[in-house]
Amino acid sequence: MLNYLWAFMILIGIVWGMANGTAAAVTQGILDSAGEAVSLCVTMLGVISLWTGVLKIAENAGLVGRLTEKMKPLLRFLFPRLPENHPAGRSIATNMIANILGLGWAATPAGLKAMDQLAELEDERRREGSPEARPAGEAGNEMCTFLIINISSLQLIPINMIAYRSRYGSADPTAVIGPALAATLASTAAAVVFCRLMERKGRGAG
Amino acid sequence: MKWILLASDYMIPLTILYIVGFAVLMRRPVYDDFVEGAKEGASTVFGILPTLVGLMVGVGALRASGFLDAVTRVLGPIAGWIGFPTALLPVALVRLFSSSAATGLVLDIFRQYGPDSELGMITSVMMSCTETVFYTMSVYFMTAGVRKTRYTLAGALLAAATGIAASVLIVRWA
Repeated sequence: MLNYLWAFMILIGIVWGMANGTAAAVTQGILDSAGEAVSLCVTMLGVISLWTGVLKIAENAGLVGRLTEKMKPLLRFLFPRLPENHPAGRSIATNMIANILGLGWAATPAGLKAMDQLAELEDERRREGSPEARPAGEAGNEMCTFLIINISSLQLIPINMIAYRSRYGSADPTAVIGPALAATLASTAAAVVFCRLMERKGRGAG
Repeated sequence: MKWILLASDYMIPLTILYIVGFAVLMRRPVYDDFVEGAKEGASTVFGILPTLVGLMVGVGALRASGFLDAVTRVLGPIAGWIGFPTALLPVALVRLFSSSAATGLVLDIFRQYGPDSELGMITSVMMSCTETVFYTMSVYFMTAGVRKTRYTLAGALLAAATGIAASVLIVRWA
């Protein structure tokens, strides 16, 4: 999927550029983007290391464990097949809390760790020949649910938007909070319902 | 609503204060813990660098070629027909690929129409309730070594579309 998607972006971009005389712009765009990716990573290197450091403190002090405990009902609802006390549960809980608080930079490392641990879970399932197991290289149900819910946005307060609005002279920068919360609820609800349906469908067929 | 602005200013420092303060009370070697975690973070970032370069080059090629603008032109009449503001089509589309590029477009809309106009409001809400679908998917799935993403893309696009539709409806009729 990602391979096709990437090939599509590159091929369409280049062919379209050549056909419309924007080939020079495409060259510039490609080179600039490669550089931009590196400068983004340099920024991320600082901020993400900061958050993984702080989160490690929280983890070692037992805060993450407490948090996961509190989020267990939610995790069980969203990931019914995730074994209880699986390490992925903690990472997912950390990622979701960071997203809800709007600490996107702190959410990413926890989210990546969760994906790693879910991949291990899939390995285990394959070894045990569990009926849930997906072939190697295929996303498990938990991965799909986790990503879709992540993408549906969980943020309660859109801090960045409020900052941009006030910088551009809004009379009421925080007016966005209520509507944003309602829209976020709508998109997350759609995500949850969709994941539920797909999971059920997969189980029926398998 | 002033307290919310205040709260968003204090969100990050208070989170860090709470965590470090709690750990000190638990008599943890906080700095050792911090460095241990930061090391993991640094290697995570290095790990996703190649994925990011690939993704951003793809998005860059697509944007620079003018393909996204062409898609916007084609979708324009359809969007107008279902009542979606045509001026916001580029933001909605670019938002799926790149957060920073979308932010640039949002600021253009703020400059042109003002953040408190209907268009400005819809944009603000739309940006707050969606995430960059392709960025998140490629970085997360590459990490897990997944090539077949099954229904993730469909679900993510559905969530994004719901968020976008909700933004327009809520701002117009709520």
